[in-house]
Amino acid sequence: MRNPQLNERGELTHLLTIEGLPREIVTHILDTAASFVGVTEREVKKVPLLRGKSVFNLFFEPSTRTRTTFEIAAKRLSADVINLAIASSSQTKGETLLDTVDNLSAMHADMFIVRHASSGAAHLIARHVASHVHVINAGDGRHAHPTQGLLDIYTIRHYKQDFTRLSVAIVGDVLHSRVARSLIHALTTLGTPDVRVVGPKTLVPAGVEELGVRVFHDMREGLRDCDVIMMLRLQNERMKGPLLPSAQEFFKSYGLTPQKLALARPDAIVMHPGPMNRGVEIDSAVADGPHSVILPQVTFGIAVRMAVMSILAGN
Amino acid sequence: MSLPDAEALCQALVRQMKGHVGEATGMVGIRTGGAWLAERLHRELGLSTPLGALDISFYRDDFSTSGLRHQVRPSQIPFDVDDRHIVVVDDVLYTGRTVRAAMNELFDYGRPGKIELAVLVDRGERQLPITAQYAGTTLAVPRGKLLRLVRDDSGAFSLVLSDAKPAA
Repeated sequence: MRNPQLNERGELTHLLTIEGLPREIVTHILDTAASFVGVTEREVKKVPLLRGKSVFNLFFEPSTRTRTTFEIAAKRLSADVINLAIASSSQTKGETLLDTVDNLSAMHADMFIVRHASSGAAHLIARHVASHVHVINAGDGRHAHPTQGLLDIYTIRHYKQDFTRLSVAIVGDVLHSRVARSLIHALTTLGTPDVRVVGPKTLVPAGVEELGVRVFHDMREGLRDCDVIMMLRLQNERMKGPLLPSAQEFFKSYGLTPQKLALARPDAIVMHPGPMNRGVEIDSAVADGPHSVILPQVTFGIAVRMAVMSILAGN
Repeated sequence: MSLPDAEALCQALVRQMKGHVGEATGMVGIRTGGAWLAERLHRELGLSTPLGALDISFYRDDFSTSGLRHQVRPSQIPFDVDDRHIVVVDDVLYTGRTVRAAMNELFDYGRPGKIELAVLVDRGERQLPITAQYAGTTLAVPRGKLLRLVRDDSGAFSLVLSDAKPAA
Protein backbone atom coordinates (compact mmCIF):
# COMPACT_ATOMS: atom_id res chain seq x y z
CA MET A 1 0.00 0.00 0.00
CA ARG A 2 1.16 3.51 -0.76
CA ASN A 3 2.27 5.72 2.11
CA PRO A 4 -0.94 7.72 2.76
CA GLN A 5 1.10 10.92 3.06
CA LEU A 6 2.48 10.77 -0.45
CA ASN A 7 0.76 11.28 -3.80
CA GLU A 8 1.22 9.06 -6.84
CA ARG A 9 4.39 10.98 -7.75
CA GLY A 10 5.90 10.30 -4.32
CA GLU A 11 5.47 13.91 -3.18
CA LEU A 12 4.31 14.91 0.28
CA THR A 13 0.62 15.77 0.19
CA HIS A 14 -0.29 15.29 3.88
CA LEU A 15 1.98 15.30 6.93
CA LEU A 16 0.70 12.65 9.32
CA THR A 17 3.82 11.09 10.83
CA ILE A 18 7.57 11.15 10.33
CA GLU A 19 7.66 7.37 10.43
CA GLY A 20 8.40 6.06 6.94
CA LEU A 21 9.06 9.46 5.39
CA PRO A 22 11.94 9.39 2.90
CA ARG A 23 15.03 11.14 4.17
CA GLU A 24 15.07 13.53 1.16
CA ILE A 25 11.62 14.83 2.10
CA VAL A 26 12.71 15.45 5.70
CA THR A 27 15.84 17.25 4.51
CA HIS A 28 13.84 19.29 1.98
CA ILE A 29 11.53 20.47 4.77
CA LEU A 30 14.48 21.48 6.98
CA ASP A 31 16.23 23.32 4.11
CA THR A 32 13.05 25.16 3.16
CA ALA A 33 12.50 26.10 6.81
CA ALA A 34 15.94 27.72 6.84
CA SER A 35 14.76 30.12 4.13
CA PHE A 36 11.64 30.93 6.13
CA VAL A 37 13.75 31.76 9.19
CA GLY A 38 15.19 34.55 7.00
CA VAL A 39 11.67 35.74 6.15
CA THR A 40 10.66 35.93 9.81
CA GLU A 41 13.62 38.20 10.54
CA ARG A 42 12.58 40.80 7.95
CA GLU A 43 10.57 43.95 8.38
CA VAL A 44 7.66 42.40 6.46
CA LYS A 45 7.41 38.86 7.85
CA LYS A 46 5.10 37.66 5.12
CA VAL A 47 5.35 36.00 1.73
CA PRO A 48 2.45 35.58 -0.74
CA LEU A 49 2.73 31.80 -1.26
CA LEU A 50 -0.63 30.78 0.21
CA ARG A 51 -2.61 33.87 -0.77
CA GLY A 52 -6.24 33.00 -1.24
CA LYS A 53 -5.95 29.65 0.55
CA SER A 54 -8.02 28.82 3.62
CA VAL A 55 -6.32 26.97 6.45
CA PHE A 56 -8.53 25.48 9.15
CA ASN A 57 -7.07 24.88 12.59
CA LEU A 58 -9.16 21.99 13.80
CA PHE A 59 -8.37 21.43 17.46
CA PHE A 60 -10.34 18.72 19.24
CA GLU A 61 -7.89 18.92 22.13
CA PRO A 62 -6.76 22.12 23.82
CA SER A 63 -3.42 23.58 22.81
CA THR A 64 -2.29 27.16 22.87
CA ARG A 65 1.26 27.04 21.60
CA THR A 66 0.84 24.63 18.72
CA ARG A 67 -2.35 26.27 17.51
CA THR A 68 -0.82 29.72 17.75
CA THR A 69 2.36 28.80 15.91
CA PHE A 70 0.34 27.16 13.12
CA GLU A 71 -1.81 30.26 12.95
CA ILE A 72 1.21 32.56 12.74
CA ALA A 73 2.85 30.31 10.16
CA ALA A 74 -0.25 30.31 7.96
CA LYS A 75 -0.65 34.06 8.27
CA ARG A 76 2.97 34.65 7.33
CA LEU A 77 2.26 32.64 4.19
CA SER A 78 -0.69 35.02 3.53
CA ALA A 79 -3.33 32.30 4.01
CA ASP A 80 -6.66 32.95 5.68
CA VAL A 81 -6.81 31.12 8.98
CA ILE A 82 -9.93 29.89 10.70
CA ASN A 83 -9.56 28.54 14.24
CA LEU A 84 -12.00 25.96 15.48
CA ALA A 85 -11.81 24.56 18.99
CA ILE A 86 -14.13 21.61 19.14
CA ALA A 87 -14.77 19.71 22.32
CA SER A 88 -14.67 16.06 21.39
CA SER A 89 -17.25 13.65 22.62
CA SER A 90 -16.00 10.09 22.94
CA GLN A 91 -19.20 8.38 21.78
CA THR A 92 -19.66 10.16 18.50
CA LYS A 93 -16.00 10.60 17.55
CA GLY A 94 -15.67 8.90 14.13
CA GLU A 95 -18.89 10.15 12.61
CA THR A 96 -18.75 13.62 14.06
CA LEU A 97 -15.18 14.08 12.92
CA LEU A 98 -15.86 13.35 9.26
CA ASP A 99 -19.14 15.28 9.30
CA THR A 100 -17.26 18.28 10.62
CA VAL A 101 -14.65 17.88 7.92
CA ASP A 102 -17.29 17.57 5.20
CA ASN A 103 -18.93 20.76 6.35
CA LEU A 104 -15.69 22.66 6.39
CA SER A 105 -14.71 21.25 3.01
CA ALA A 106 -17.97 22.65 1.69
CA MET A 107 -16.65 26.03 2.85
CA HIS A 108 -13.67 25.49 0.52
CA ALA A 109 -11.00 24.59 3.04
CA ASP A 110 -7.61 24.00 1.41
CA MET A 111 -5.78 22.68 4.45
CA PHE A 112 -6.68 21.16 7.80
CA ILE A 113 -4.40 21.30 10.82
CA VAL A 114 -5.74 18.58 13.10
CA ARG A 115 -5.17 17.96 16.78
CA HIS A 116 -7.11 15.10 18.32
CA ALA A 117 -6.91 12.94 21.43
CA SER A 118 -7.34 9.77 19.36
CA SER A 119 -4.43 8.23 17.48
CA GLY A 120 -5.16 8.07 13.76
CA ALA A 121 -7.63 10.96 13.62
CA ALA A 122 -5.55 12.91 11.09
CA HIS A 123 -5.09 9.75 8.98
CA LEU A 124 -8.84 9.26 8.92
CA ILE A 125 -9.37 12.82 7.69
CA ALA A 126 -6.55 12.57 5.13
CA ARG A 127 -8.16 9.47 3.59
CA HIS A 128 -11.51 11.20 3.49
CA VAL A 129 -10.80 14.60 1.93
CA ALA A 130 -10.62 15.51 -1.77
CA SER A 131 -7.23 15.27 -3.43
CA HIS A 132 -6.55 19.02 -3.47
CA VAL A 133 -7.04 19.29 0.31
CA HIS A 134 -4.02 18.81 2.58
CA VAL A 135 -3.95 17.56 6.16
CA ILE A 136 -1.32 18.19 8.81
CA ASN A 137 -1.32 16.19 12.00
CA ALA A 138 -0.79 18.56 14.93
CA GLY A 139 -0.83 15.74 17.46
CA ASP A 140 -2.99 12.62 17.60
CA GLY A 141 -3.23 10.83 20.94
CA ARG A 142 0.01 9.14 21.87
CA HIS A 143 0.83 8.49 18.24
CA ALA A 144 2.60 11.37 16.49
CA HIS A 145 3.29 15.10 16.43
CA PRO A 146 5.36 15.38 13.26
CA THR A 147 5.85 19.16 13.08
CA GLN A 148 7.17 19.09 16.64
CA GLY A 149 9.60 16.33 15.68
CA LEU A 150 10.67 18.37 12.65
CA LEU A 151 11.21 21.56 14.63
CA ASP A 152 13.19 19.53 17.17
CA ILE A 153 15.56 18.19 14.52
CA TYR A 154 15.70 21.63 12.90
CA THR A 155 16.88 22.98 16.26
CA ILE A 156 19.40 20.17 16.69
CA ARG A 157 20.73 20.70 13.16
CA HIS A 158 21.01 24.44 13.80
CA TYR A 159 23.24 23.93 16.84
CA LYS A 160 24.97 20.63 16.05
CA GLN A 161 24.95 20.34 12.22
CA ASP A 162 25.96 16.69 11.76
CA PHE A 163 23.55 14.02 13.01
CA THR A 164 25.87 11.12 12.32
CA ARG A 165 27.98 11.82 15.40
CA LEU A 166 25.33 12.75 17.92
CA SER A 167 24.14 11.26 21.18
CA VAL A 168 20.60 12.38 21.98
CA ALA A 169 18.83 11.62 25.27
CA ILE A 170 15.04 11.86 25.46
CA VAL A 171 14.05 12.04 29.11
CA GLY A 172 10.88 11.62 31.12
CA ASP A 173 7.35 10.55 30.29
CA VAL A 174 8.03 8.70 27.06
CA LEU A 175 4.97 6.49 27.45
CA HIS A 176 2.46 9.27 26.82
CA SER A 177 4.62 11.28 24.47
CA ARG A 178 3.86 11.62 20.77
CA VAL A 179 6.65 14.19 20.76
CA ALA A 180 9.17 11.52 21.78
CA ARG A 181 7.93 9.10 19.14
CA SER A 182 8.14 11.67 16.35
CA LEU A 183 11.59 12.80 17.44
CA ILE A 184 12.90 9.23 17.56
CA HIS A 185 11.67 8.58 14.01
CA ALA A 186 13.17 11.86 12.79
CA LEU A 187 16.54 11.19 14.42
CA THR A 188 16.84 7.67 13.07
CA THR A 189 15.75 8.83 9.59
CA LEU A 190 18.68 11.26 9.61
CA GLY A 191 21.13 8.61 10.79
CA THR A 192 21.67 9.57 14.44
CA PRO A 193 23.78 6.72 15.87
CA ASP A 194 22.93 7.07 19.56
CA VAL A 195 19.37 7.79 20.64
CA ARG A 196 18.61 7.14 24.31
CA VAL A 197 15.34 7.00 26.13
CA VAL A 198 15.55 7.79 29.84
CA GLY A 199 12.71 7.35 32.31
CA PRO A 200 11.12 5.20 35.01
CA LYS A 201 9.95 1.72 33.99
CA THR A 202 6.32 2.84 34.32
CA LEU A 203 6.77 5.67 31.81
CA VAL A 204 8.87 3.93 29.15
CA PRO A 205 6.72 1.92 26.73
CA ALA A 206 7.50 -1.78 26.40
CA GLY A 207 9.35 -2.61 23.21
CA VAL A 208 10.57 0.94 22.57
CA GLU A 209 14.01 -0.58 21.78
CA GLU A 210 12.54 -1.77 18.48
CA LEU A 211 12.58 1.85 17.31
CA GLY A 212 16.37 1.75 17.52
CA VAL A 213 16.92 3.40 20.91
CA ARG A 214 18.73 2.42 24.11
CA VAL A 215 16.74 2.52 27.35
CA PHE A 216 18.11 3.88 30.62
CA HIS A 217 16.30 3.95 33.93
CA ASP A 218 19.13 5.76 35.67
CA MET A 219 19.20 9.35 34.44
CA ARG A 220 22.84 9.89 35.39
CA GLU A 221 23.88 6.99 33.16
CA GLY A 222 21.55 8.09 30.40
CA LEU A 223 22.90 11.63 30.21
CA ARG A 224 26.56 10.75 30.24
CA ASP A 225 28.41 12.51 27.36
CA CYS A 226 25.30 13.24 25.36
CA ASP A 227 25.10 16.23 22.99
CA VAL A 228 21.38 16.88 23.14
CA ILE A 229 18.92 16.49 26.01
CA MET A 230 15.22 16.56 25.18
CA MET A 231 13.15 16.87 28.34
CA LEU A 232 9.54 15.76 28.01
CA ARG A 233 6.62 17.24 29.85
CA LEU A 234 5.12 15.10 32.58
CA GLN A 235 1.65 14.64 31.15
CA ASN A 236 -0.57 14.59 34.21
CA GLU A 237 -3.70 14.80 32.10
CA ARG A 238 -2.93 11.54 30.33
CA MET A 239 -2.03 9.53 33.43
CA LYS A 240 -4.50 6.89 34.41
CA GLY A 241 -3.76 5.20 37.73
CA PRO A 242 -0.71 5.58 39.92
CA LEU A 243 2.22 5.52 37.50
CA LEU A 244 4.18 7.90 39.71
CA PRO A 245 4.70 8.32 43.41
CA SER A 246 4.68 12.15 43.26
CA ALA A 247 5.96 15.07 41.24
CA GLN A 248 8.63 15.67 43.89
CA GLU A 249 9.83 12.09 43.67
CA PHE A 250 9.91 12.35 39.90
CA PHE A 251 11.99 15.52 40.03
CA LYS A 252 14.47 13.83 42.36
CA SER A 253 15.08 10.98 39.93
CA TYR A 254 14.31 12.44 36.50
CA GLY A 255 14.27 16.22 36.85
CA LEU A 256 17.04 17.97 34.93
CA THR A 257 19.18 19.88 37.44
CA PRO A 258 22.51 21.65 36.84
CA GLN A 259 24.23 18.71 38.58
CA LYS A 260 22.76 16.14 36.19
CA LEU A 261 23.32 18.42 33.20
CA ALA A 262 27.02 18.50 34.10
CA LEU A 263 27.23 14.80 33.14
CA ALA A 264 26.43 15.62 29.52
CA ARG A 265 28.97 17.12 27.15
CA PRO A 266 30.00 20.67 28.06
CA ASP A 267 28.39 22.04 24.88
CA ALA A 268 25.17 20.03 25.25
CA ILE A 269 21.88 21.72 24.39
CA VAL A 270 18.70 21.35 26.43
CA MET A 271 15.34 21.21 24.66
CA HIS A 272 11.73 20.99 25.85
CA PRO A 273 8.59 20.92 23.71
CA GLY A 274 6.65 23.04 26.24
CA PRO A 275 4.73 23.84 28.24
CA MET A 276 7.29 23.28 30.99
CA ASN A 277 6.55 22.07 34.48
CA ARG A 278 9.32 23.85 36.33
CA GLY A 279 10.47 21.89 39.33
CA VAL A 280 8.89 18.69 37.99
CA GLU A 281 10.90 17.67 34.91
CA ILE A 282 13.25 20.65 34.70
CA ASP A 283 14.96 22.98 37.17
CA SER A 284 14.53 26.70 36.46
CA ALA A 285 18.30 27.14 36.57
CA VAL A 286 18.55 24.80 33.55
CA ALA A 287 15.45 26.04 31.73
CA ASP A 288 16.77 29.60 31.83
CA GLY A 289 20.46 28.67 31.64
CA PRO A 290 23.01 28.96 28.85
CA HIS A 291 22.46 25.40 27.55
CA SER A 292 18.74 25.94 27.03
CA VAL A 293 17.45 26.37 23.46
CA ILE A 294 13.81 26.09 24.48
CA LEU A 295 12.78 29.52 23.19
CA PRO A 296 14.65 29.19 19.86
CA GLN A 297 12.69 25.95 19.41
CA VAL A 298 9.48 27.99 19.44
CA THR A 299 10.83 30.48 16.90
CA PHE A 300 12.11 27.73 14.59
CA GLY A 301 8.75 25.99 14.98
CA ILE A 302 7.05 28.76 13.01
CA ALA A 303 9.53 28.52 10.11
CA VAL A 304 9.25 24.71 10.06
CA ARG A 305 5.44 24.91 9.93
CA MET A 306 5.65 27.47 7.13
CA ALA A 307 7.89 25.06 5.23
CA VAL A 308 5.54 22.11 5.71
CA MET A 309 2.47 24.10 4.68
CA SER A 310 4.07 25.55 1.58
CA ILE A 311 5.49 22.21 0.44
CA LEU A 312 2.11 20.50 0.90
CA ALA A 313 0.20 23.31 -0.80
CA GLY A 314 2.47 23.07 -3.83
CA ASN A 315 2.08 19.29 -4.25
CA MET B 1 22.45 27.77 -32.66
CA SER B 2 25.73 29.38 -31.66
CA LEU B 3 25.76 31.20 -28.35
CA PRO B 4 27.76 34.32 -27.52
CA ASP B 5 30.77 34.18 -25.22
CA ALA B 6 29.48 34.80 -21.69
CA GLU B 7 32.81 36.20 -20.51
CA ALA B 8 32.80 38.84 -23.26
CA LEU B 9 29.17 39.75 -22.45
CA CYS B 10 30.15 40.13 -18.82
CA GLN B 11 32.88 42.60 -19.74
CA ALA B 12 30.43 44.53 -21.94
CA LEU B 13 28.08 44.74 -18.98
CA VAL B 14 30.84 46.06 -16.71
CA ARG B 15 31.62 48.79 -19.25
CA GLN B 16 27.96 49.80 -19.48
CA MET B 17 27.49 49.98 -15.74
CA LYS B 18 30.64 51.90 -14.92
CA GLY B 19 29.80 55.43 -13.90
CA HIS B 20 26.16 54.52 -13.23
CA VAL B 21 26.77 52.65 -9.99
CA GLY B 22 28.59 53.92 -6.93
CA GLU B 23 29.37 53.49 -3.26
CA ALA B 24 25.75 53.59 -2.12
CA THR B 25 24.47 51.26 -4.87
CA GLY B 26 23.10 47.99 -3.53
CA MET B 27 23.54 45.04 -5.88
CA VAL B 28 21.28 41.99 -5.63
CA GLY B 29 21.68 38.80 -7.66
CA ILE B 30 18.81 36.42 -8.34
CA ARG B 31 19.79 32.85 -7.53
CA THR B 32 21.44 30.98 -9.03
CA GLY B 33 22.83 32.36 -12.32
CA GLY B 34 22.09 35.97 -11.42
CA ALA B 35 23.83 35.60 -8.05
CA TRP B 36 27.00 34.30 -9.78
CA LEU B 37 26.92 37.16 -12.25
CA ALA B 38 26.31 39.69 -9.46
CA GLU B 39 29.34 38.36 -7.55
CA ARG B 40 31.51 39.04 -10.58
CA LEU B 41 30.02 42.46 -11.36
CA HIS B 42 30.24 43.51 -7.72
CA ARG B 43 33.93 42.66 -7.68
CA GLU B 44 34.86 44.16 -11.05
CA LEU B 45 32.93 47.36 -10.41
CA GLY B 46 34.54 47.65 -6.98
CA LEU B 47 31.25 48.22 -5.17
CA SER B 48 31.56 48.75 -1.42
CA THR B 49 27.99 48.05 -0.25
CA PRO B 50 27.84 44.30 0.57
CA LEU B 51 26.31 42.10 -2.12
CA GLY B 52 22.80 40.70 -1.72
CA ALA B 53 21.13 37.59 -3.11
CA LEU B 54 17.47 36.77 -3.66
CA ASP B 55 15.78 33.39 -3.90
CA ILE B 56 12.41 34.26 -5.39
CA SER B 57 10.79 30.84 -4.77
CA PHE B 58 8.34 32.29 -2.25
CA TYR B 59 7.21 34.97 -4.71
CA ARG B 60 6.77 32.96 -7.91
CA ASP B 61 3.45 33.38 -9.71
CA ASP B 62 3.37 29.72 -10.78
CA PHE B 63 3.46 28.28 -7.24
CA SER B 64 -0.08 26.90 -7.49
CA THR B 65 0.86 24.83 -10.55
CA SER B 66 4.54 24.11 -9.89
CA GLY B 67 4.84 24.14 -6.10
CA LEU B 68 8.13 24.41 -4.25
CA ARG B 69 10.08 22.06 -6.45
CA HIS B 70 13.67 23.07 -6.25
CA GLN B 71 15.93 23.67 -3.32
CA VAL B 72 15.15 27.02 -1.73
CA ARG B 73 18.02 28.97 -0.19
CA PRO B 74 17.67 31.91 2.16
CA SER B 75 17.59 35.38 0.60
CA GLN B 76 20.17 37.76 1.99
CA ILE B 77 19.92 41.53 1.79
CA PRO B 78 22.83 42.78 3.93
CA PHE B 79 22.01 46.48 3.56
CA ASP B 80 19.17 48.86 4.31
CA VAL B 81 16.84 48.89 1.30
CA ASP B 82 15.05 52.16 2.13
CA ASP B 83 15.71 54.94 -0.40
CA ARG B 84 18.64 53.04 -1.88
CA HIS B 85 19.62 52.72 -5.55
CA ILE B 86 19.44 48.97 -6.17
CA VAL B 87 20.59 47.03 -9.21
CA VAL B 88 18.91 43.65 -9.61
CA VAL B 89 21.09 41.21 -11.56
CA ASP B 90 19.95 38.12 -13.47
CA ASP B 91 21.59 35.98 -16.10
CA VAL B 92 18.76 35.93 -18.65
CA LEU B 93 15.74 38.24 -19.03
CA TYR B 94 12.80 36.53 -20.71
CA THR B 95 9.15 36.87 -19.65
CA GLY B 96 9.92 39.33 -16.87
CA ARG B 97 8.08 37.24 -14.28
CA THR B 98 11.21 36.47 -12.27
CA VAL B 99 12.08 40.17 -12.07
CA ARG B 100 8.52 40.95 -10.97
CA ALA B 101 8.89 38.40 -8.16
CA ALA B 102 12.28 39.83 -7.18
CA MET B 103 10.88 43.36 -6.99
CA ASN B 104 7.99 42.18 -4.83
CA GLU B 105 10.42 40.50 -2.47
CA LEU B 106 12.64 43.60 -2.31
CA PHE B 107 9.67 45.71 -1.25
CA ASP B 108 9.18 43.39 1.73
CA TYR B 109 12.58 44.54 2.95
CA GLY B 110 11.78 48.23 2.58
CA ARG B 111 11.10 50.97 0.04
CA PRO B 112 13.93 51.24 -2.47
CA GLY B 113 14.69 54.66 -3.93
CA LYS B 114 15.28 53.29 -7.43
CA ILE B 115 15.56 49.79 -8.89
CA GLU B 116 17.46 49.02 -12.10
CA LEU B 117 17.96 45.75 -13.89
CA ALA B 118 21.19 44.30 -15.30
CA VAL B 119 21.17 41.08 -17.34
CA LEU B 120 23.71 39.20 -19.39
CA VAL B 121 21.23 38.28 -22.13
CA ASP B 122 17.87 39.81 -23.03
CA ARG B 123 16.03 37.19 -25.04
CA GLY B 124 12.88 39.27 -25.57
CA GLU B 125 9.33 37.80 -25.47
CA ARG B 126 8.34 39.84 -22.42
CA GLN B 127 4.99 39.13 -20.75
CA LEU B 128 5.24 42.07 -18.36
CA PRO B 129 6.20 45.74 -18.79
CA ILE B 130 9.76 45.24 -17.56
CA THR B 131 12.98 46.33 -19.22
CA ALA B 132 16.70 46.02 -18.50
CA GLN B 133 18.78 49.19 -18.07
CA TYR B 134 21.98 47.21 -18.70
CA ALA B 135 22.15 44.17 -21.01
CA GLY B 136 25.21 42.30 -22.33
CA THR B 137 23.34 41.50 -25.53
CA THR B 138 19.94 40.76 -27.00
CA LEU B 139 19.42 37.35 -28.50
CA ALA B 140 16.41 35.64 -30.07
CA VAL B 141 15.99 32.18 -28.59
CA PRO B 142 13.28 29.75 -29.75
CA ARG B 143 10.34 29.60 -27.36
CA GLY B 144 10.37 26.57 -25.07
CA LYS B 145 14.15 26.47 -24.97
CA LEU B 146 15.91 27.26 -21.71
CA LEU B 147 18.92 29.57 -21.84
CA ARG B 148 20.97 29.82 -18.68
CA LEU B 149 24.36 30.69 -17.29
CA VAL B 150 26.71 28.02 -15.96
CA ARG B 151 29.88 28.50 -13.95
CA ASP B 152 32.70 25.97 -14.12
CA ASP B 153 35.06 24.99 -11.30
CA SER B 154 37.50 27.75 -12.23
CA GLY B 155 34.70 30.33 -12.02
CA ALA B 156 34.48 30.90 -15.80
CA PHE B 157 31.05 31.64 -17.28
CA SER B 158 29.38 30.13 -20.30
CA LEU B 159 25.84 30.01 -21.69
CA VAL B 160 23.96 26.78 -22.31
CA LEU B 161 20.75 26.10 -24.19
CA SER B 162 18.61 23.12 -23.23
CA ASP B 163 15.21 21.76 -24.15
CA ALA B 164 13.18 21.50 -20.98
CA LYS B 165 13.46 23.13 -17.62
CA PRO B 166 15.93 21.16 -15.51
CA ALA B 167 14.36 19.33 -12.56
CA ALA B 168 16.53 21.17 -10.06
